[in-house]
Amino acid sequence: MKLIDIARVIRSKNAGPTTLTLDLLFNDEAGYQLALHSPALQPAAIAPLYGLRADQVELIPYPPAMAIKIAMDRTIVAGNPGDRDVYGAQQHTPLLELDL
Amino acid sequence: MNAIGKLRTEVTTANGLAPLRVLSASGQLGYGVPEVAFNEGVKRKPHFIGCDMGSIDPGPYYLGSGNIATSDAQTRGDLTTVLRGARSINVPLIIGTAGCAGASPHLDAVLAMVRDIARKEGLHFKLASIRADMPRDAVKSAIRGGKVKPLGAIPDLTEADVDASTQLVGQMGIEAFQRALNAGADVVIAGRACDTAVYAAIPGMLGYPLGPAMHMAKIVECASLCTTPGGRDALLGTLDASGSGSFIVDSMNPIRNASPMSVAAHSLYEQGDPYRVYEPEGTLHVDTARYEQLDAHRCRMSGARWEPATQFTVKIEGAAKVGERALMLAGCADPRAIAAMKEILPAVEKTVRELTAKTVTEKFEVYHRVYGIDGVFNWPSPPATMPREVFVMVEIIAQTAEAAKSVATVFKQFLLHHGFPGRISTGGNLAFPFTPPEVVTGPAYRFSAYHVMEADDLPALFPVSLEEI
Repeated sequence: MKLIDIARVIRSKNAGPTTLTLDLLFNDEAGYQLALHSPALQPAAIAPLYGLRADQVELIPYPPAMAIKIAMDRTIVAGNPGDRDVYGAQQHTPLLELDL
Repeated sequence: MNAIGKLRTEVTTANGLAPLRVLSASGQLGYGVPEVAFNEGVKRKPHFIGCDMGSIDPGPYYLGSGNIATSDAQTRGDLTTVLRGARSINVPLIIGTAGCAGASPHLDAVLAMVRDIARKEGLHFKLASIRADMPRDAVKSAIRGGKVKPLGAIPDLTEADVDASTQLVGQMGIEAFQRALNAGADVVIAGRACDTAVYAAIPGMLGYPLGPAMHMAKIVECASLCTTPGGRDALLGTLDASGSGSFIVDSMNPIRNASPMSVAAHSLYEQGDPYRVYEPEGTLHVDTARYEQLDAHRCRMSGARWEPATQFTVKIEGAAKVGERALMLAGCADPRAIAAMKEILPAVEKTVRELTAKTVTEKFEVYHRVYGIDGVFNWPSPPATMPREVFVMVEIIAQTAEAAKSVATVFKQFLLHHGFPGRISTGGNLAFPFTPPEVVTGPAYRFSAYHVMEADDLPALFPVSLEEI
């Protein structure tokens, strides 16, 4: 099962210039639970996709919105020389093809 | 009686505090305030009107340069709309983070616009402005005292970073707004401010419970973004002090409906931690929040908790100039050049550095981005199949604009004619839609500070000035 088949929102955005966050919102409890417990979404699996160590990535379940937040260090402070995405709004792409 | 005194009289009843109506005009003033929804909001007789005007999201340039990201004409138009609206019903207008980044050049530009608009519109009011520029000596002394910590992945702040910052601001909280309102302000224009403080300051000083007030502030500050479909229309929050407190959100555009899911999901947006919001004077906890549907259009929230801080803290933001930027822009459609582009660019850079060594003697930085391959995301490996065309952007940051442009120009010529292994199309490796393909874009900045500082004397950091308009 691919993440994109069960998530209704897969987005990325900065939370301040030093943190990137990924928000995953689901249509139903079953999809939310499946994703929450999938090894593919754990920090150890997400970190290498973003060039990070597992301890730089945090997974936060958010049941009120059937959502998962993944917060991680930005590898470069937003807008500093060498950055590719000042708002961090296009850093979700690796998750679109993710197998759960 | 001043504006806050009048409000206090209005909401105080024999049975306690009456519900407080709060109109959020805009999450980002200067990109257009949809007027139909705003006018509908004014008709609901809000007790005050708030708008946020800024954010750190657009990067270090706006803070560092002192320039405003929004256009002059649109910013004036939006300020006119909200000033007229607030004065027409004689209620306070609170604007946070003036001019995008909230340093003195931004605040002064917005204050000049406000004075000009008031003169043209014949509006009269008491205007308070609150500066957010951090005193350099106080920040350096805090660094020496170990009272400054990084916020996320950024090195420790140094005194050299403080000196290098062209602008250095702190985010004010509710205390600063309350001081301005107690001094009799009808209109408050703040420098860098927490977006929540714009909406929580008045409820806090009137005695509404701070947990629900802060939670409401966090939700309404983006106007109708918390609804489905989300949008920029004005949003009315109604804060009820009864019980342990609750609030209702009501979009002023009837097509934008709030649901428990849409409002709860909004707590995720641009937040590192969806359960906690850190403010100078304390922490908002929303893990205990409850969300209920009131009718098809509105939602009620309750249960958030406010934990006052034992030590005040201020988020500080600084930007420093790193040089002058020039770009070389070009396309490429040759399959062999595209396949080799990631090797070609460093090879050309090496040549360019050798050739310019005598003419550009100061240090410069070069960044290449190949759109189609890795311009947007730092992929660990190349794509399985190469794209048909790519866009190449070579960025030079040098000490002067002339040096940056000179390097970009040499880079253009050598990238155009670079001979790489397997090359068969020897006319040139690049396509330019026009010439010149080099552009000087102006000063480049970096964030020199994104830290949190312990502070004991908030009024000293955020001084209030008053003037009669």
